[in-house]
Amino acid sequence: MNKRFITIMTVLILGSLVLAACGGTATETEVTKKIKVCQITDTGGIDDKSFNATAWKGVQDAMAQLGVEGKYLESKEVADYEKNLNAFIEEKCDLIITVGFLIGDATKAAAEANPDMKFSIVDYTYDPPIPNVVGQIFNTDEAAFLAGYLAAGVTKTGKVGTFGGLPIPTVTIFMDGFARGVAYYNQLKGTNVEVLGWDPANPDAGLFSNSFDDQQKGRELAVSLMDEGADIIMPVAGPVGLGSAAAIKERGNAYLIGVDSDWVLTSPEYADITLTSVMKLMDSTTFQVIQSVIDGTFKGGNVVGTLENKGVDIAPFHNLDSMVPAELKAEIEQLKADIIAGKVSVK
Amino acid sequence: MTEQAQGKIDFGQQVLKEINEPTPEGETHKRSFWSTISIPLLAILTGLIIGAILIAATSPTVWAAFSESIWQGFGQAFTEIGKAYGALFTGSIADPAKIVNAISTGDPRDIRSAVNPFLESLVQATPYIFSGLAVAVGFRSGLFNIGVEGQLFIGAACATYVGYAVTGLPAYIHMPLAFLAGALGGAIWAFIPGLLKAKTGGHEVINTIMMNWIAFRLTEWLLSGPMTRPGSGGMPLSPLIQDTAKIPQFFASPIRFHLGFFIALAIAWLINWLLFKTTWGLNLRTVGTNPRAARYAGLNTDNSIMIAMAISGALAGMAGGTQILAVNHSMALGLSSGYGFDSIALALIGNNTPIGVILASLLFGTLRNGATRMMVVSAIPIDIIDVIQAIILIFVAAPAIIRSIYHLKQPKVEETQVFLSGWGGK
Repeated sequence: MNKRFITIMTVLILGSLVLAACGGTATETEVTKKIKVCQITDTGGIDDKSFNATAWKGVQDAMAQLGVEGKYLESKEVADYEKNLNAFIEEKCDLIITVGFLIGDATKAAAEANPDMKFSIVDYTYDPPIPNVVGQIFNTDEAAFLAGYLAAGVTKTGKVGTFGGLPIPTVTIFMDGFARGVAYYNQLKGTNVEVLGWDPANPDAGLFSNSFDDQQKGRELAVSLMDEGADIIMPVAGPVGLGSAAAIKERGNAYLIGVDSDWVLTSPEYADITLTSVMKLMDSTTFQVIQSVIDGTFKGGNVVGTLENKGVDIAPFHNLDSMVPAELKAEIEQLKADIIAGKVSVK
Repeated sequence: MTEQAQGKIDFGQQVLKEINEPTPEGETHKRSFWSTISIPLLAILTGLIIGAILIAATSPTVWAAFSESIWQGFGQAFTEIGKAYGALFTGSIADPAKIVNAISTGDPRDIRSAVNPFLESLVQATPYIFSGLAVAVGFRSGLFNIGVEGQLFIGAACATYVGYAVTGLPAYIHMPLAFLAGALGGAIWAFIPGLLKAKTGGHEVINTIMMNWIAFRLTEWLLSGPMTRPGSGGMPLSPLIQDTAKIPQFFASPIRFHLGFFIALAIAWLINWLLFKTTWGLNLRTVGTNPRAARYAGLNTDNSIMIAMAISGALAGMAGGTQILAVNHSMALGLSSGYGFDSIALALIGNNTPIGVILASLLFGTLRNGATRMMVVSAIPIDIIDVIQAIILIFVAAPAIIRSIYHLKQPKVEETQVFLSGWGGK
C-alpha cells in the first residue's frame, strides 16, 4: 500500500466527515411551522399513472393551494412499508398517507402504535374504523351510472358490455352503476339497450376474467362480447382491460370505457377508441383529508368520494367528442346534477 | 462435449473465470490484504463521488444558484451533497443529535429511535446475506444460479404456508419448522435445474431463468387462490402467520432488528466451513474450477452439481423465509425488491467468500437504509442508490479502472490457469 493511497483515503474520509457534519446542521435548521403531509407509495411507485400518482397529485394541489409541505417515499418491496412508515413517524409528519390495500396491515399497526399521529389510506377502509385513520373510499357507481347512460345513448347495436376482474365489491360497484345507468336510459327513452356481462339482479351470471393482469383473457372476453353484438365495453379489471382495448382497436367498430383513471391520458395509444373513463379521483379525497387536518376537523372513519365532491367522475370525451350529441351531453350534465341533488338514485 | 474454442471467450466465461480464481491463502493472503481490500473500498468511494455529482447535477436549486454565479453554484452544490450524504449517514448509522437527545431525556422511545438507524441497516442486510451466499455457493461450484429470485419466492411461499396453516405448535418448534420449510422449498426449486444440468446438460442459466417465471406465476396464483387471505376478495395477499412462527424481533417499535440476522451470520459461517474446511467443499470447488480434472480424479460431478444447486436454492429460500417470518408476517407479490438479482452483484463484490458476502451485504443494507432518510430530507429518489451500487459493481468488476484512477500498482499475484465448465457444457 503506497503513500498516495493513504493520502487519498485520509482526505476522502475527512471530507465525508465534514459533509456528514454539514448534513446534521442542515437538517436541524429545517424546522418549519408548515403542515407536513407525507405519502408512502405501494410498490407501483410514485409515477404509476394510477393510484399513487393521483394521490400524490392531491398532495401537490394542497402544496400549491394550502401551502403545506409535501414529501413522499417509494416502497420497493413489502418490507419497505413499515420502514417508510417509521421514517415518517420519526419525521413527525402531520398526516401520513398510504396508498392501497397492500399497505393496509402496516398502516393499521403504525396507527395503533402511534395513536397521536394522523393517517389516511387510499382505497381501503377498516372495519371497525381506527380513530386516527381516514379511509378513502369511492362511490364509483355514481360515475359508472353516467357512463352507462352515455353508453346507452351512443350505442348503435343496442348492446353494451362489461366484465370484471373478480366478483368483489370494489369491482362490481362499477358494473352495478353501469347497468343501472343503461336501465335508467331505457326507462327514460323507452329504448331497450341490453347490458351483456352483468345483471345487478343476478350477480352469479356475471362475466369475470378472474385475473387482474392476464391481458389475453381481456382480449378473449372483449372479442366474445363484440361477437354477441356489444359495441361499447367497460372492462373493470385493471390492466386486463388493455387486452380488451387491443381487441377493440383491431375490430374497429366498437368503443371502450376505461376505469380508475382517464385512459386517454394513461394509454394514449387507445385514445381513438376510448369513449370516456369512470375515474376514482383520489387527488380530490386526499386533498379533503389534508384540508381536514388544517381545519382541525380530522376524524377517523371514511371519506367517501362522490360526484358532488369530485371524488369520482367520468373523463372528458377527448378525441371522440364528436360522437356524443350535444343533447346527450346536456342530459348527462343534468343527470349528474340530479344525482348530486339526490333526485336520481344510482342504487 | 466439444472443447471450448481457444480464442473465443465470451463475457460469461470471463466472469466465471474471474470468480473461480482461487483466493490467495496463507502468506499470499497476508501480503495482498491491502490490495484485496483497497479495490472495493476505492470503488465505494468512487461510487459515492459520482453519486454526489449526480445529486448536484439533478438538483434544481443547484442550477438556480449556478445561474446567479458560479461560486454560489458550487456552494449550493456542496450544501446539497452534504445534506444528502449527511442524511445517508444519519439514516443508516446514527444521528449524533438524536443520541445526545436520547441520553439527556433517557426516554426509552428516544433511545430506541437513536439506535434504530444502525440496527435497521442490519435488518436490510439480512436478506442480502442469504441471497448473496446462494449466488456465491453457485459460483464456487461453477454454476451461475440466476434463479435465486424465484427460489426466494418459493421459499417465502412455503414458509408462509407453514407459518399460518400449522397451528398449535410451540414457538421453538413452529418457527424453525417454518424456516426450514422455506429452505426446503428453495432447495427443491433449485434442485430441478441442477438435475437437468447433471442428467441432460441443460444449461442452468437458461433453466433457472425459466424457473423464475414459473415461480412468479405460481406464487401469484397461490396468493390469489389457495393461499389468499379470507376477506381480501382475491387480492394477492396471504393470511398473517401465527405468532408462534414469527422470528422474534428483539426490541419494540420502531426497531425491527431480529434473530434472522444472527441466523444469517451462523449460516454464513456454516457455508464457509463447508466450502473451505471439508473434503466435500474441496470436491465442490474442484468441480467448479476444473470439472474435467475432477472427473479424472474420480469425483462425481453430477452429484456435486445437484447438491450445490440445492444448497444454493436452500439459501435463497431462507432469504425469502426470513423476510416473511421476521419482517413482513404475511406474503404479497411485492416481496422482494430484486434480492436475487442484486445478490449476483453482491457475490461478485464479496469475491464469493462468505465473509465478503457479509461485508457487501452490510454495505448494500446500509446504503438502502440510508436512502430512505436521504429521500425524506432532500427528496432525492431512492434510485440514486441503485446507481451508486451499479457504479461500485462496475469498478469492482473492472479493477483496472480503479488502479488507473488511483495509480495503484498491479498486484503480483501469480495467475493460476483455470479451466472452466463455462457456458458450453459440463
